[in-house]
Amino acid sequence: MRYLVSVIDDKSNPGSTDRQPAISAFNERLIAEGHWVFAGGLADTGTATVVDNRGGEAVFSDGPFVESKEYLAGVWVWEAPDLDVALKLAAEASKICDRKIEVRPFL
Amino acid sequence: MNDVDVREAITRVHHEEWARVVAGLTRRFGDLDVAEEAAAEAFATAVERWPADGVPPNPGAWLTTTAGRKAIDRIRRENRRDDKHKEAQMVYADDPPEPVGAIDDDRLRLIFTCCHPALAMQTRVALTLRMVGGLTVPEIARAFLTAESAMGQRITRAKAKIKAARIPYRVPAAEDLPARVTGVLAVLYLVFNEGYLATGPGTDPVRHELTAEAIRLTRLIRALLPDDGEVAGLLALMLLTEARRTARVSANGELVALDEQDRGAWDATLIAEGHRLVRERLAAAAAGVAPGRYQILAAINAVHTSARDVRDTDWSQILALYDQLVRLDPSPIIALNRAIAVAELDGPEVALAIVDRLDEVLAGYHAYHATRADLLRRLGRSRQSRAAYDRAIELAGNTGETAYLTRRRDQLR
Repeated sequence: MRYLVSVIDDKSNPGSTDRQPAISAFNERLIAEGHWVFAGGLADTGTATVVDNRGGEAVFSDGPFVESKEYLAGVWVWEAPDLDVALKLAAEASKICDRKIEVRPFL
Repeated sequence: MNDVDVREAITRVHHEEWARVVAGLTRRFGDLDVAEEAAAEAFATAVERWPADGVPPNPGAWLTTTAGRKAIDRIRRENRRDDKHKEAQMVYADDPPEPVGAIDDDRLRLIFTCCHPALAMQTRVALTLRMVGGLTVPEIARAFLTAESAMGQRITRAKAKIKAARIPYRVPAAEDLPARVTGVLAVLYLVFNEGYLATGPGTDPVRHELTAEAIRLTRLIRALLPDDGEVAGLLALMLLTEARRTARVSANGELVALDEQDRGAWDATLIAEGHRLVRERLAAAAAGVAPGRYQILAAINAVHTSARDVRDTDWSQILALYDQLVRLDPSPIIALNRAIAVAELDGPEVALAIVDRLDEVLAGYHAYHATRADLLRRLGRSRQSRAAYDRAIELAGNTGETAYLTRRRDQLR
């Protein structure tokens, strides 16, 4: 079972910035324990472009599709046998990243 | 056996076997929907057949077998179209046994699945009442004053989440058990309280079917987790509260406060059982096991129910228990209840000073204003007391409580 694990940051109350070494160590563990599929941090929402080509002509607009205080700062894809395993890892991840984490299963 | 006997037998078997049948089917088929619908079909078949054929010697086994067949029929029916037959067979044929958790009981797994922390609290309550308690969706909707369609959707969405997100059908590992039991007990306590102090205009002040169901489910947990002190504590708390039920509401539907209750009307059997459980926990506490909040609340109720007359109430012991509770749970509601004991020991003036400090956090809570009103009344500050009663009446959601508060207010000069 695969889970999308989203790291949620907060513009008005951002998490700490010194997390990379701890996250790297956590990633090593995810790999060693067979949970790792993919991970990546995302550039600021200001770098996003939304493309809409449903109307015949592609419209490009600057910025994220939704403006909000909270935003997606990075993602993991984990392999886990069930939600309990994923949630346990997510609890650790939240502490390590100093950010909120959303866990969502792939179909 | 006549029809009435058969109907009673079916009701009894439904109470005793529903959770076991659903839990067994969930393990076998790995799907709450299949399990629940097959169990419901099996009970419907029993209602049809038993009056003619008689109640089978082992009704639980009969239901499990019948429900199992119904479930297989259903899976076959559903899978014929997209030819997933093989996959379905895998589910019920050679499914490797799940690793055994701390306690291996299907019903316990079912309870922990329904009370999973990834589900919203209200959803946990609804799902537990449906899957473990066997209440129908209309019954649950009625109990929580929601539309049937909304309650049905809530339960359907929860089952879909359990399936899609893979919430495991499992008793949590030993190290996670205490934290997860707390959630289960919170669900049961919520069900009990909704029955005990039912909300909503036009609702009976006490919903006995809900308090009874909460007690029944807590007894089940107690049988499954006999060594858990908080389970014993919650059961004792419910029993000692339930024991006062008939004395708690007057003939005209008004709530009767503890000090005005007819103590002869209390249920002696329930009190004896509750006291036994509290003594069991006191012995454990003496041996060095720190009691949790339900155990302390049960002990407070044990002190109340030990007094034959309200004047014999051992308030200093009650205050000592509240002091212990405050250390464990420094919530303003506990502080408010503690103040009531303080009023008995040190007088209403001291208690009022404590209560007034809670104004900011409890301003929207009816019991805060009711307590203040009572203390102000005892201090002879009638005008302020009346204003506090007015506010309490405005906020109270229970019809019996509103009637009680109105009478107390109208008695003021």
